[in-house]
Amino acid sequence: MAGDDLIALAISLRLATVTTALLLVLCTPLAWWLGTGGSRWRVPVNAVVSLPLVLPPTVLGFYLLIFLGPQGPLGRLLHALGIGSPAFSFSGLVIGSMIYSLPFVVQPLRDAFEGVGARVLEVAATLRASPWDRFVSVGLPLASRGFLTAAVLAFAHTLGEFGVVLMIGGNIPGRTQTASIAIFNHAETLDYAAADRLSATLVGIAFVLLLAVYASTRGRGAQVRPWHWS
Amino acid sequence: MPTSPRQAPCPLLRRAGPAGPAGPAGPAGFARRAGFAAALLVALLGSSLAARPAAAEQLQVAVAANFLGTLQKLARSYAGTSGNTLSLSSGSTGQLYAQIRQGAPFDLFFAADTQRPQRLESQGLTVAGSRFTYAVGTLVLWSPHAATVDRRGRVLQRAAFRFLALADPRNAPYGAAAQQVLMRLGLWQRLNRDGKIVIGSNITQTWQFAASGNAQLGFVALSQVIGPGGRIGGSYWLPPQSLYQPIDQDAVILARTARRATAEAFEHWLRSSRAAAAIIRDAGYRTDSR
Repeated sequence: MAGDDLIALAISLRLATVTTALLLVLCTPLAWWLGTGGSRWRVPVNAVVSLPLVLPPTVLGFYLLIFLGPQGPLGRLLHALGIGSPAFSFSGLVIGSMIYSLPFVVQPLRDAFEGVGARVLEVAATLRASPWDRFVSVGLPLASRGFLTAAVLAFAHTLGEFGVVLMIGGNIPGRTQTASIAIFNHAETLDYAAADRLSATLVGIAFVLLLAVYASTRGRGAQVRPWHWS
Repeated sequence: MPTSPRQAPCPLLRRAGPAGPAGPAGPAGFARRAGFAAALLVALLGSSLAARPAAAEQLQVAVAANFLGTLQKLARSYAGTSGNTLSLSSGSTGQLYAQIRQGAPFDLFFAADTQRPQRLESQGLTVAGSRFTYAVGTLVLWSPHAATVDRRGRVLQRAAFRFLALADPRNAPYGAAAQQVLMRLGLWQRLNRDGKIVIGSNITQTWQFAASGNAQLGFVALSQVIGPGGRIGGSYWLPPQSLYQPIDQDAVILARTARRATAEAFEHWLRSSRAAAAIIRDAGYRTDSR
């Protein structure tokens, strides 16, 4: 397979890995609050978190580009701080991917934390566990299935991303040209053999990774039994 | 008292067993799985870091998708004579135009029309005097089947087909040209009324409609169907130039380039080299406006 295609594949894998890792770290506190908190603010925040699902990806990329561009609010701020705009660079891809895959991480985590249940956390509190301790020793292990789902969804979703990455990245070979864009380019130049090869490789790698992840966590995980007055 | 002495100390949390099928459950198992995930992360990052391309001085070129293949050939020829290379980023002309206005780091822009380069020029985003027509597109009515399209285009009047594909006239120059041909022949209203027109969002999708047989024939770019030696598979009709506005395709050097001399050298080569002209003509474009 051509060198350019291998580089595009590497960029796709790197983007998916970085996006998934950052999202898992940043979304866990948000999902914890959404899943176990009691505030009324959870309702509008839940709606906002689901917004990236509604916009077409190319439109999302377009408005993000304007936001980060030389006339956009964030672009002007970064320029004033002396940092260049992240548009058309790998950082821009990461920002775009994180927004695009946000609901796929927050929702499984939130539901997993919700599934832990207030009861268990209250019992832990009566046993003198601090909020942090409750989160780390009780919430996290019980929600591990949610983390698996969130990670797999974010990784796969980012690997297949096209519209956002094309708009915010600029399709620059070696820098922002991901495998999905490279496949599209091959189709555009009617080089279907190259498109087939790259597609098969991308799907094959993703499948092997998913197999490995699911095989390693095959198990019934933790169960919570209700308290019985007997 | 709810708890009997025989029950486990904490009946509230009961695991699947001391060890699940994937290793120990509970905190030890969680740490093990987290460790595995971390190892996977490191392996992925490591493998992808190894594939960094070598840094090289080269021109960043934004090119409309329909010209990508031809520009790839031109770039190879140019690299042979001058040693300079081109890095090509393709997309639709509209999308590239929007990106360039937002500061995309390109040195040259090869559009599929004249409108977007003219707009950039009037906005002061181009090097003065650098706009030129690099190719003139040729419209062709084409079908992959040998018997569908006659050499005079009468198949349009007979309208014995189910679907005729053309690109969106609002944003694709070849689509606008196709609409002009149909209007000049007085067929636009009738074909629309009979529901025989199907619109592709760009010229490539239009070609896909025709090539897959979902549309029996389509107005595509000659560059998409011309093969080596100028042979065209299937059947086709070349509408006379008098039926549509010339599809001039313009290129510009962008003002933000840091490699202006190299960009101008490439532009000069493209306009004057006979090898370049031959590549462009073989690809199904005309070079008479150069």
